Amino acid sequence: MAISITEKAAERAQKYLKSRGKGIGLKLGVKTTGCSGMAYTLEFVDDALPEDKIYESHGIKILVDPKSLIYIDGTELDFTREGLNEGFQFNNPNVKDSCGCGESFTV
Amino acid sequence: MALLQISEPGKSTMPHEHRLAVGIDLGTTNSLIASVVSGAVSILEQGNKERLLPSVVHYSSSNPIVGSEAKNLQIKDPKNTISSVKRLIGKNLSDIDTKFYSLDLKDDDGVIGIQTDKGIKNPIEVSSDILKKLKETAEESLGNELYGAVITVPAYFDDAQRQATKDSAKLAGINVLRLINEPTAAAVAYGLDQNKEGNFVIFDLGGGTFDVSILNLSKGIFEVQATHGDANLGGDDYDQVIFEWLCKSNKINVTNSKIKQKLFALSREIKEALTNKDSIKINETIDKKINIQCELSQQEFEEITKKLTKKTISSTLQALRDAELSVSQIQGVVMVGGSTRMPCIQNAVKEFFKQPLLNNLNPDEVVALGAAQQANILAGNTNDNLLLLDVIPLSLGVETMGDIVERIIPRNSTLPVSMGQEFTTYKDGQTAMIIHVVQGERDLVRDCRSLAKFTLKGIPPLVAGAAKILVTFQVDADGLLSVSAKEQSTGIQSKIEVKPSYGLSDDKVKKMLEDSFNLASEDKESRALSEIKIEGSQLLEMIKNAIYEDSDLLKEKELNLLQETLNELKKSLESSDRNNIEELTKKLNDDSQSFAAKRMDRSIQKALTGKSLNSLEF
Repeated sequence: MAISITEKAAERAQKYLKSRGKGIGLKLGVKTTGCSGMAYTLEFVDDALPEDKIYESHGIKILVDPKSLIYIDGTELDFTREGLNEGFQFNNPNVKDSCGCGESFTV
Repeated sequence: MALLQISEPGKSTMPHEHRLAVGIDLGTTNSLIASVVSGAVSILEQGNKERLLPSVVHYSSSNPIVGSEAKNLQIKDPKNTISSVKRLIGKNLSDIDTKFYSLDLKDDDGVIGIQTDKGIKNPIEVSSDILKKLKETAEESLGNELYGAVITVPAYFDDAQRQATKDSAKLAGINVLRLINEPTAAAVAYGLDQNKEGNFVIFDLGGGTFDVSILNLSKGIFEVQATHGDANLGGDDYDQVIFEWLCKSNKINVTNSKIKQKLFALSREIKEALTNKDSIKINETIDKKINIQCELSQQEFEEITKKLTKKTISSTLQALRDAELSVSQIQGVVMVGGSTRMPCIQNAVKEFFKQPLLNNLNPDEVVALGAAQQANILAGNTNDNLLLLDVIPLSLGVETMGDIVERIIPRNSTLPVSMGQEFTTYKDGQTAMIIHVVQGERDLVRDCRSLAKFTLKGIPPLVAGAAKILVTFQVDADGLLSVSAKEQSTGIQSKIEVKPSYGLSDDKVKKMLEDSFNLASEDKESRALSEIKIEGSQLLEMIKNAIYEDSDLLKEKELNLLQETLNELKKSLESSDRNNIEELTKKLNDDSQSFAAKRMDRSIQKALTGKSLNSLEF
């Protein structure tokens, strides 16, 4: 499996990277916390670590550390709008259950 | 499903712990809110897709109506529709010119009250309703609760106005991370901190306020060197000039407030149209009787508003003088505020600085964008740290003996600042001291503005000059002052936070500054008189005590002579005759010479009596 990004999300990410002025791509990961076990992290990357897995999708480099990959392999990063609120969304096939707001999840 | 934003490396937050921080430009005419989303700073749109929220609130239904909807009601219902409330905040009724308001203004226990159908509203409440609306927008578009906000204020806002702004944020349920000066925020938006060094001018002409700031950058840190401005000068005043021109050239005498509102709206339209047109023809029916037909050219507009434009340039010159810089030492000039779109302003500033202007960002939005960047940093969402330094507009000090001001923090000191000075008692056995906090550049207390007064009690009774009282002034990052006094030997202390009950207008600040320059020699005289008076009264006090204790040392003739000089001096101390006081003080000093010597002998004798030579240490 792999990590991918939708075209719409890639377009946004490209825009944000450009306005930030630096960074080689995005880093997806998980943190062990939250009300339902795990939480996603989404960050800019300035320097890749040697152990990072690197994917490329729609022109965007996506980095994932191997520990996180177990939980999110197969994830597609999407960009959506809900009313006035817009942002990125993890479509993660590994999720069994997530908390009410979807910020954290269990596998 | 919660949506994610991209964080800076290593700055991903825990779920439900996102620190949503926003920057708010609470403007006189329009307000904006911005936030850093996925590393990019952007204006948050209102529900109707508009980026600017008109700073107008309408009170007649159960909930206040804020923004464009309220603005539309202004003509129909001017009494219940409040605009430009920023001009009223932190002030009292005597500070303002009520003729510019179509509102029912009254004094409400020291603050301004605005009579509406929903009761009396004060400026803090009205501001808070605008802030509430902005907060709602932010929480809706960011999908989470707000952590905090940076709110911008004009550089010349005094303590009362800053405090009132903070209070209205509190009332709206907003955690204020910091208040920063509008020009400072604009500098952040233009990324001036990315430069290594240089001097920059921020020229900010908004709807109702004008600020000019001189920033100095050195080693990546920038500092506000000087600020100047006018809290009652902006695009509204240009509208007012057009309005007066319309009335004059069409021979209209406006008494009806609805017609006045209509004409004002028309004036604004004309001004905006002249931004990119050389001339505009006006043909407008205001009501059945009034039909306006005329033409206004760019040149004519420039001519009738010349006085206003000149004001901005002389303020700019004053700021440069305060910063001790010349035009050739300025590396960049940033244009901020919607009114800087006017060609006459652009030309005047360009001509003054003899260089092209920095004006590529939307001048309406730069302040909010900069505030959002600062808020993001203060909320801890980035790895950057930015030092923003502001200055205090007038010196702060305390009253000392003889009505003289002892300056503790000099004007244009950078904020936050804390400075202290040691004072002592004036009389023997003095156990309390009044700390009178004043603001201004003049030497005498009565010429400065009184901010607060408090008393330090419980000073141990000692001889005059023995007690040590440390008075500390602290001005926080928001420009709010607290003063403490501490007696050093006992540690007893007393403290006050200065929250003046009303504001100081720019004109007053300006006048206070000008007076301090113009009346410097007069001040020197007054100070010299005060000093000689203190010297005289101190000697008087001393001799009086000495006579009380040791009058038996004096022959009757000597005593009478001394008493006579004493009375003469006492009388002259009430006058302003410096030479006479000086003479009599000297005379009293000379006359008491032998008396002092005798007292000295006696006290030595007293010290030696009954002691053997061995027990004395030499």
